[in-house]
Amino acid sequence: MYLLEPDGLETLLAILREKGYRITGPKLRDGSVVLGTIDSTASMPRGIRDHQGPGRYRLEETGDDSWFSYTLGSDSWKKLFFHPNKPLFNARRDGGLLQIEPEPVRESLQALIGVRPCELQALAVQDRVLAKGEFVDRHYAASRKGTFIVAVNCTVPGGTCFCASMGTGPKASGGYDIALTELAADGGGRFVARAGTGLGERLLAATACGKADKGEIELERKLLEAAAGKMGRTIVADGLAAALAGSHDHPRWEELEDRCLACANCTMVCPTCYCYTVEDSTDLSGATAARTRVWDSCFTADHSYLHGGSVRETRGARYRQWLTHKLSTWHEQFGSSGCTGCGRCITWCPVGIDITEEAQAVCGTAGGS
Amino acid sequence: MSPEPGSSSRTDRTRAALDPMVPRIYSVERIRRNNHDTFTLKLNPADGGKPDPFSAGQFNMLYIFGVGEIPVSISGDPAGDGALMHTIREVGTVTRAMARLKPGNSIGVRGPFGSHWPLETAVGSDVVIVAGGIGLAPLRPVIYQVTANRSRYGRMILLYGARAPKEILYRRQLKAWGGAFDMDVHVTVDRGERDWNGEIGVVTGLIRRAPLDRRGAIALICGPEIMMRFSAQELLRRGMDKDRIYVSMERNMKCGVGLCGHCQYGTRIICRDGPVYRYDDIEPLLGRREV
Repeated sequence: MYLLEPDGLETLLAILREKGYRITGPKLRDGSVVLGTIDSTASMPRGIRDHQGPGRYRLEETGDDSWFSYTLGSDSWKKLFFHPNKPLFNARRDGGLLQIEPEPVRESLQALIGVRPCELQALAVQDRVLAKGEFVDRHYAASRKGTFIVAVNCTVPGGTCFCASMGTGPKASGGYDIALTELAADGGGRFVARAGTGLGERLLAATACGKADKGEIELERKLLEAAAGKMGRTIVADGLAAALAGSHDHPRWEELEDRCLACANCTMVCPTCYCYTVEDSTDLSGATAARTRVWDSCFTADHSYLHGGSVRETRGARYRQWLTHKLSTWHEQFGSSGCTGCGRCITWCPVGIDITEEAQAVCGTAGGS
Repeated sequence: MSPEPGSSSRTDRTRAALDPMVPRIYSVERIRRNNHDTFTLKLNPADGGKPDPFSAGQFNMLYIFGVGEIPVSISGDPAGDGALMHTIREVGTVTRAMARLKPGNSIGVRGPFGSHWPLETAVGSDVVIVAGGIGLAPLRPVIYQVTANRSRYGRMILLYGARAPKEILYRRQLKAWGGAFDMDVHVTVDRGERDWNGEIGVVTGLIRRAPLDRRGAIALICGPEIMMRFSAQELLRRGMDKDRIYVSMERNMKCGVGLCGHCQYGTRIICRDGPVYRYDDIEPLLGRREV
């Protein structure tokens, strides 16, 4: 275990850039934390924390120089690998004959800075869905190759976080090259740094100021233990999948019909939602056509459209599909929960519907009996 | 070969190196009207090669230039290395555009995908086919396969329901199959017409009177969901076992390969582990609203 100073982090970014990585990290934009290309640690926000609640997101200054006192913004890392708009092929018509030119697969060396533990889990979940099944999304798989991840453990959880309940945080358990824990003000703005891969180890050895001592490791342990106790939300994950599996006729779903707007915000901000649709377009002459894969949401009427109408006509049924998929059917389909406890769907729901509250309400009566 | 429904083995995708989202180009050899809103496309690969082999019950994603793509079950003979056949009903933008195709035009084909009818499991058994409307199309490959290997199967019974006489599919073939000594063919329509002197009523009525007098028969059902549910219930009442009944499900599909999320049906992903399911595998879901 190493001790890394902010200067060391800067050097780390410089080395990654030299090695050809495109670096993405947190930035401040329009009053929120977003993920964008960064050149140096100078682009990263400091001294801010977020206040998150159902349908609410605000930033405020902490009055200190802390690096990671905030949690998650609305966008997740999935946009870098599972692109919101991905061309699949172009088609041309020569006389009667159709010609298809597939979109070439592009590999890109990406480095991610500041990936929270719940987000590491989200990447693992999307990997299982899009890159580890019988069929593989080749564009996704190519862009995920060689991703270098600098994770950041959460010492200041947000108001809608429940990673401790889902077993995904606040401390990263794997899936990173380097994991940092910011030691609070009394730690002097330094990080305890762990390597998760050989490359991570080599880079840390070159950039750290030394090994972390007993006191620093103990401070880290205390900070993360305290963080686990400060989650804004909790959910009882044990038995949840089974309880929800039998919840189809629960009256709560009908109640949601009156609250849910079917706006699809929850599915857009969710770091594991992977539904896509395909769009076809032609040029004005009708000589060429393009097919594009775009993010879709199970909250739209089109999502379940069959000749004659939508299978899931009501918003209550769409919410049920979404929630039970995340917390229940995902297990059988992909061998894990589809929820990481990041809390984005609660924060960015315009009417503040809370997945933890809804799941407990449904299971309180359906699961208990 | 694709998996039998309920089996855990996955398809051996020799084409894994290819992008499953990129179609292969086929040329229309012939387009034939089946009835007022249904037509059958006969397709051959534009590259001069052979069509991809398929198993009865599987489907392809058919792409028409600039308009869109839809899942359609394959309705031809799986044994022959002849052309690819798709029987399609005009219900939306894509199918209407396909109805206007002419010989020599080309379309994109991805597939075949999905599980197939359990014809290996059915060897030695009576085979009961229950079809409603265009649901006969994905079952026609079964009929081809059973009639070509007649001695491997027991009695063959086809129960077919259409909405009206003019909507009956594959009329000439139905007549030929019904004329064969080794196949019972019964057709019913929801509404009769002046020159119709056959059965009137839903297909479950045919099940009630079908000669299901031997144990161990296997039933394959395809049609609207409500028709499949009531047909299965009627077959159960006639003494058939749940694990000998199979149904073919349908949902919106955009990818056909288990990645786009559209065809979820409870824990099931229909393009990946369906469309053919053993009845007891999805019984709790059938009849539930908005799943």
